Amino acid sequence: MLTFVDSVNEAVAGIKDGSTVMIGGFGNAGQPFELIDALMDCGATDLTVVNNNAGQGDQGLALLIKEGRVRKMICSFPRQSDSWHFDAKYKAGEIELELVPQGNLAERIRAAGAGIGGFFTPTGYGTMLAEGKETRIIDGRGQVFETPIHADVALIKALKADGKGNLVYRKTARNFGPIMAAAAKQTIVQVSEIVPTGALDPETVVTPGIYVNTIVRIPAGTTEKAA
Amino acid sequence: MSIATSLQTSATPLGRDDLARLVARDIAPGSFVNLGIGQPTLVSNYLTAEQDITLHTENGMLGMGPEAQGDEIDGDLINAGKIPVTELPGASYFHHADSFAMMRGGHLDICVLGAFQVSVTGDLANWHTGAPGAIPAVGGAMDLATGAKDVFVMMTLLTREGASKIVDSCTYPLTGVGCVTRVYTDKAVFLTGPEGVSVRETFGCTLEELQELVPVPLKAAPAGG
Repeated sequence: MLTFVDSVNEAVAGIKDGSTVMIGGFGNAGQPFELIDALMDCGATDLTVVNNNAGQGDQGLALLIKEGRVRKMICSFPRQSDSWHFDAKYKAGEIELELVPQGNLAERIRAAGAGIGGFFTPTGYGTMLAEGKETRIIDGRGQVFETPIHADVALIKALKADGKGNLVYRKTARNFGPIMAAAAKQTIVQVSEIVPTGALDPETVVTPGIYVNTIVRIPAGTTEKAA
Repeated sequence: MSIATSLQTSATPLGRDDLARLVARDIAPGSFVNLGIGQPTLVSNYLTAEQDITLHTENGMLGMGPEAQGDEIDGDLINAGKIPVTELPGASYFHHADSFAMMRGGHLDICVLGAFQVSVTGDLANWHTGAPGAIPAVGGAMDLATGAKDVFVMMTLLTREGASKIVDSCTYPLTGVGCVTRVYTDKAVFLTGPEGVSVRETFGCTLEELQELVPVPLKAAPAGG
């Protein structure tokens, strides 16, 4: 059931302790900063977070990590010049890390949304990230068995939603949004604009509304951080 | 082993820009190409309009243009290094699973990556030093190494300590097995693969002088390699 809510706090109110939360975005593009801030405010803890990175600077996911609310990160690239909060928690042994090659991360998320029980991929074969995993030679290439990543909640950002929850994105801010929307039981979306049903050309819809549960509008330009 | 001094094509070692120019020249017209973060990004400065190369960025775009300047800067339009970029006419956007399917599915002609080490059979180590306490971060390196039809590496031949980065087998953790086809260095271009390593050309040294720096047997590549 699709609901439109007036505030980000209302949007994230149902997130429970111990949840697996997917957070869209690659760098700042597509990062749902307001929803992450609301997740911070709602107090949910012991979270497993799925994101390409592990927080940057002193905002968003980095603050959730700093406050000890994230038990485990599943990501491809945690270490950056400004990932000091993750770095500190990791070195202190206070956060678990599951490091996944970026394409395997994306495909594992996609597989969850598509009902796939796992897949063999050449990425990572023969490397330490394949240690302990089932492997096969398929068509002459070594391949590694990877399993889907499901989530309780996805927090994503899109450009526009219509009354049916259909979404369109903007440029490279699309990144993980469409696959996370499909992989989570509850998909919460912040959009810059809500348009009437019928106003989006069906040929251009990227995420059909079937994957979307909650929508909150954050008018463009009110987000200083996302610039 | 015959030593062919005619392999030398430059009187001096190549600088980073000269090397980038050489890589750009070697990319076939019409190719779809992914340039890794760092030194490989320089290659884009030397691609010509006549080559009609389409650049891919792993965060979901084909037809990436140059770095954005001034008013062009748009937080929603960045490259894999999170640098603001521009879009060229004919660009397209897609989500992350499609972007990596494109890579893994063998649709990209060439990717250009940096490296810590490359083995004679084209094993690549470029993501992790394996040092105790180092926080590992892999990003898209393994997917690119495995997926592109040709993987070119750009690196200096020697470490700061003077050790060859062309090795018999990698001592750093691997990114991919047998994936690298060419290695562009300041002192030579190497071809790697199942047949082992050979040298296409040298810069500022003869093959014999190069051999003194590299701890694996070198031979001249067949002409046209």
